[in-house]
Amino acid sequence: MAFKQVSSPHSHARQSTGQIMQLVLLATLPGLLVLSYQFGWGLLINILIATISAISAEALILKLRNRPIEFYLRDYSAVVTAVLLGLALPPLAPWWLVVVATVFSIVIAKQLYGGLGSNPFNPAMVGYVVALISFPIEMTTWVTPVSLLAADVSHPGLLESLAIVFAGNSPVDGVTGATPLDLFKHSDGLLVEQIYQNNSLFSAASFAGVGWEWANVAFLIGGLALLKARIFTWHAPMAMLGTLALMSMLFWDGGSSNSPGSPLMHLFSGASMLGAFFIVTDPVSSAVSNRGRLIYGALIGLLVYVIRAWGSYPDAVAFAVLLGNFAAPFIDNYTVPRTYGHGQSRRATDKETSE
Amino acid sequence: MRRIWDTPGGVHPPDNKAQSLTSGIGQLPLPEKLILPLTQHVGGAAKVCVSVGEKVLKGQKLASASASISAAIHAPSSGWITAIEERAVAHPSGMSAPCIEITCDGEDRWIECMGYPDYKQATPLQLRNLIADAGVAGLGGAGFPSAAKLDRGTHMPVDTLIINATECEPYITADDILIRERADQIIQGIEIISHLLGTPKTILIGIENNKPEAIAALNQQCQGTGIEVVSFPTKYPSGGEKQLIYILTGKEVPSGQLPADLGMVCLNSGTAFAIKRAVIDGEPLISRITTLTGEACDINRNYEILIGTPVSHLLEQNAFNPDLCSRLIMGGPMMGFSLTSSDVPLVKTSTCILAPSHTEIPDGDPAQACIRCGLCAEACPASLLPQQLYWYARADDHERLQAHNLFDCIECGACSYVCPSNIPLVQYYRSSKGDIVNARTAKATAAVARERFEFRQVRLEKADTVRETKREARRLATEQAKITSPTTTQSSGSSAADIIKAAQLRGSTRQASPEQQKAKLERTLMAAEMRLKEAQQRLLQATTNGSADQQTQQLASVEAAKRKVEQTAQRLTEVSH
Repeated sequence: MAFKQVSSPHSHARQSTGQIMQLVLLATLPGLLVLSYQFGWGLLINILIATISAISAEALILKLRNRPIEFYLRDYSAVVTAVLLGLALPPLAPWWLVVVATVFSIVIAKQLYGGLGSNPFNPAMVGYVVALISFPIEMTTWVTPVSLLAADVSHPGLLESLAIVFAGNSPVDGVTGATPLDLFKHSDGLLVEQIYQNNSLFSAASFAGVGWEWANVAFLIGGLALLKARIFTWHAPMAMLGTLALMSMLFWDGGSSNSPGSPLMHLFSGASMLGAFFIVTDPVSSAVSNRGRLIYGALIGLLVYVIRAWGSYPDAVAFAVLLGNFAAPFIDNYTVPRTYGHGQSRRATDKETSE
Repeated sequence: MRRIWDTPGGVHPPDNKAQSLTSGIGQLPLPEKLILPLTQHVGGAAKVCVSVGEKVLKGQKLASASASISAAIHAPSSGWITAIEERAVAHPSGMSAPCIEITCDGEDRWIECMGYPDYKQATPLQLRNLIADAGVAGLGGAGFPSAAKLDRGTHMPVDTLIINATECEPYITADDILIRERADQIIQGIEIISHLLGTPKTILIGIENNKPEAIAALNQQCQGTGIEVVSFPTKYPSGGEKQLIYILTGKEVPSGQLPADLGMVCLNSGTAFAIKRAVIDGEPLISRITTLTGEACDINRNYEILIGTPVSHLLEQNAFNPDLCSRLIMGGPMMGFSLTSSDVPLVKTSTCILAPSHTEIPDGDPAQACIRCGLCAEACPASLLPQQLYWYARADDHERLQAHNLFDCIECGACSYVCPSNIPLVQYYRSSKGDIVNARTAKATAAVARERFEFRQVRLEKADTVRETKREARRLATEQAKITSPTTTQSSGSSAADIIKAAQLRGSTRQASPEQQKAKLERTLMAAEMRLKEAQQRLLQATTNGSADQQTQQLASVEAAKRKVEQTAQRLTEVSH
């Protein structure tokens, strides 16, 4: 009697890559809810457009590459890229901006490199940076948080939002404004205390910046849930946040007019938490070993701070992540873990052979 | 309480051990035929010492160890040798190998066994020979000949003896049940090993804490023996030799070395039992405990099977339903290999036959892309980076694979187990290891061939130069001759005398210098003397135990050799003067 020939091991744990991606999607929900509450329908529309474009682009390229479409779409990686991008792009951004960013992410940054697993750069961040450099005005127009809207102004409703996104209608005055990091960056010559007093974005905030602080807390919660579910290890996100906190403490200088801002502001503004738990943890483009991920995370944290404090972009997660991606193979070379039975770890490019 | 070290990585697959532990060790009815592969162990194949048609008794030696690392094979039951030929054996490739087939006579009659109950009087060498003679090989699955492991000759003294009763593979309960039922004999075996090794300072039995009954049985038997039973949390693969040594001692076996280099010996508990049988009862290794489990069999339990029992016989006796079976595995679900046919025999290393149903172990989904999630690195007990090894294996980057210590992979399968993309990682590593070993062999062969080629080139060049110088010398000599006898050149070869003269001239130029002649003669003389000596020896033999005819013949050849020596010596004296 003949039996099937299969290579060991025969048992497998029951978690698939698709399930991991779905968990990541689930973990973005708290952040998405808070952001939507703070900034209206725009983000949901972003995510919808991004998801449709991502899936279509992925399917098209898979077809061109003669790959089974359904099999690869089921890994949900395109959806994750789309959702992360949708969360990062400004709400009420024109539809074509979202489409361009997403299609670039999927087609250029991912599929042209060979698809999931082969991309050296985080696709969502590549798409974001392309949009940021190409369309700076659209990319720096954010919606005012709900609690800071004037009494007679409110966020556009669903239909109104759709009209703004698809038909190019202008939003009502007072609906858009600066982000806390943006505002802080463009308030030269003022003491930190003065900036905080003059702007309701800060003065009405609990600890960092109105709207953003709670969105960051929500992403932190989602991220910690993923950490608990062992989707990723603590190394990269903690190293990034730790370095960011350390740098902002070192250069805080008590709030002079040259101060780049408080640690709380840096940790809970912009894309800090989204970046730390959903972008830096992208395993494909990060360093591979735990030691490598510590260095990788720390490098990104450092770059985020450097660009925010002394660069010309108010938020810097995307640039920092891409630079980190560049460095990842180099970091990998020096951080191969010590194998059982070996006195010390070796370099990835070690030429000496041993058995 | 002994300190336990925690290994990195590891996984916790469902252990599925309960189903085969509902009843004790069972016995199977005698199969019609037993098939005994000559290689059931690590090392050289055993050398057959019986012939087809011979009647053998249970326990009779059929094949003896062929090298220092090899193991003898004995008849598991009485009967006739009906074939010695290639048969399908249990191997991942489904290959055939030389086997001895015994057709059982049903009498199951033992050969006379000579035990050594008073083993303490025996020397280590005697005990080791006894174990070697009994064909004991590691019963935990690796099948390393035990006598070779217990050879203290080349290594440092053994201060730690570790008995591996971990049995970390899911489903398998062979060690567990053996300990539960025969702990006393296992301890006796350990005491023999300890005596053989010169009573190591520390004797430890390592066992996972999911076997409370076995632990209790061991603790009871170990009282007052100085043997320590150490239980530790269940985690796959704690039972790997290197992992167990680390768990119990905190020491790592250096890459490429053996536990013996650390003064340790590690043996399976089943092997200790086999050693007790071999030494005290004088019974060779002809049976072992094998777990039969999986939902495709109605009965799940352990059997004391005779080595050589066909898997099909075991399955038939236990209401096996082939339609339910998704695959047939020899060994456990993590490191076992699938059998393509059930017509293969159970051997010394067969810990388990697992016949899972389709729901139990379903056919795997196709592999998805690796996202370097790192779950594999978290699971690796050797702290390797399986995800990197996978990429380099796919790229055939042998250099990087070796820099990432591919050869320290123990193929435990923990990485594949956790891989969310269902990538057969271990299969990639096995394949790459094979490729690298082949490439190394090819490189070594090529190096030898190149050396030989280069040497040949040099030799040919040398010969060329020698020929060239000779030719040049000849040309010069001819020219010289032309000048000294211009008359000959005028009548250029028209008369016979001229031709003879020219030939003589050629002969004289061709003639080697006296030194060369002398050297040549010396060589000839030496060879002649050698031949003379040989001839004299043969003559001596012939005179002591040969026929008259042979004597005359040898005498003649001695005479001839003598003559040759004399002639050569004479010519040599002529040349030297």
